[in-house]
Amino acid sequence: MHPAYNLMRHVYGWLLLTPAAILLIAFTHYPTVATFYESLFSKGTAIRPSRFVGSANYQAMIEDPIFWKVLVNNLWFAAGTIPVSVALAITMAMLVNRSLPGRSFLRMAYFTPTILPMIAVANIWLFFYSPDIGLIDQILGWFGLPGHNWLGDPATVLPAIIVMTIWKEAGFFMIFYLAALQNLPPELEEAAKLEGASRWYYFRRVVFPLLMPTTLFVLVNAILNSFKLVDHLFVLTKGGPDNASNLLLYYIYENAFSYFDTNYAATLTVVLLTMLAIMALAQFFFLDRRIHYR
Amino acid sequence: MQRQYRAVSTAFETFAAWFIAILWISPLLYAFWAAFHANEYAIHFELLAPLTLDNFREALSQAPFLRYGFNTFVLVTMLLTSQLVICTLAAYAFARYDFVGSNIAFALVLVQLMITPEILIVENYSTLAELGLVDTITGIGLPYMASAFGIFLLRQTFKSTPKELEDAARLEGCGTLGILWRVYVPLARPTYLAYGLVSISHHWNNFLWPLVVTNSVETRPLTVGLGIFGAPESGVDWSIVSAATLLSVAPLLVAFLLFQRQFIQSFMHSGIK
Repeated sequence: MHPAYNLMRHVYGWLLLTPAAILLIAFTHYPTVATFYESLFSKGTAIRPSRFVGSANYQAMIEDPIFWKVLVNNLWFAAGTIPVSVALAITMAMLVNRSLPGRSFLRMAYFTPTILPMIAVANIWLFFYSPDIGLIDQILGWFGLPGHNWLGDPATVLPAIIVMTIWKEAGFFMIFYLAALQNLPPELEEAAKLEGASRWYYFRRVVFPLLMPTTLFVLVNAILNSFKLVDHLFVLTKGGPDNASNLLLYYIYENAFSYFDTNYAATLTVVLLTMLAIMALAQFFFLDRRIHYR
Repeated sequence: MQRQYRAVSTAFETFAAWFIAILWISPLLYAFWAAFHANEYAIHFELLAPLTLDNFREALSQAPFLRYGFNTFVLVTMLLTSQLVICTLAAYAFARYDFVGSNIAFALVLVQLMITPEILIVENYSTLAELGLVDTITGIGLPYMASAFGIFLLRQTFKSTPKELEDAARLEGCGTLGILWRVYVPLARPTYLAYGLVSISHHWNNFLWPLVVTNSVETRPLTVGLGIFGAPESGVDWSIVSAATLLSVAPLLVAFLLFQRQFIQSFMHSGIK
């Protein structure tokens, strides 16, 4: 090999990386650091410019009941959507992983919500939930049950959004299970059949444990989505009524672009970043283990 | 006995599979029904109700959806093109140049898998304001152009390309970029397809960041246009909102229905990390 190659490979390596590096620093690394920095300053106004206040914004955040409300909402939202959509995803994948009539249609039906933007999904479901004329209330009406303002009642608004999100996400998670199921050696099922194991026993003791790496991968993605996806709130509820459906990222948006308090928005973003960092560490320590049992 | 039991359970599973499938597409079918019928039939289901295109005509006259569609098309095309170029170069560096600091640099790239630009809307918006790119299509696309996911995916693919091919091309007199273009890129075609479809679907559907960046008809993508249009306070009737929703999702939905296999496979591919 050329003697100059040893030096040149460093130069070429960095030259090739430069365009990506500039953009990543500008829109990922720099803003992450700047968010921490901004969270230490007060909100600037025309009369009083922004000044260093140390942990005052964090103090205010801890005393802000809406902050705690959106955080708890976010946890309920995650707890409500994730287990059900993962269970449904496994069920769907198991159902369509064998030959049955209309298999490709079934897969398409499960997967289609994934391809729709959340904003369109919210538009469609808005009508289902609307009081009296909405589809759900009409169906209830056939059975003589009274209508209900699903999105207007603090008790039902979050469950209503959870149901819609499950519909949107289950099919997306299904394809990862489908890919994993197709990689399982067919001898396993043969062996289970010969041993006289029931299908449920085979699933519980053989398939489900082998799907564990996929489940972990899906869980990480599902948790991330529950923090990142707030598009539907813009159409359905705007976080209301009385913040009953407000989520952390939406609250950040409100603070930054409705109340123009970018410093408080930065403080809230630090919380969000901390959660993501915890997820990243969890993924690093648990998820990456899966390589070992391949 | 055993065989009978199996037959029953197979039949039950087929029924369950179809039941879920019908449940799953019914919201979309319902939107189709509402969009092609007059408003009173959105509420009262009647099988032989007359079909109409009025809702689409009305939606198009109330908001410039064609312009929004054009904006989305420009955004997605520009973004994918720059992503392909930028990610290819970076991925090639990581796959084949063992340069100083490459491990740390790669770890720093992967940070973006977790911290996506829309999480940092506050700071990214002020950066964009300083660059004078607020309310431009370039501004919507810029934070996503260096995609950690694309770099990661292409690096994996480039790494599995036999080194001998590169050495042969070098002997033939190819330079660095020549090797990348003639050897690595053609062999990574399936990865490019998978990445392309995932990127197009993601950015066609992206909402929060474009909402923050845009404030005029000339730059607004479909999702933002639809978000404003469908807001309950705008008071448009239900059939028209359905028609507008279908207009916005139609291009991607049609592409998905035509190339189902490729789409599903691409999304599968995107999960293999």
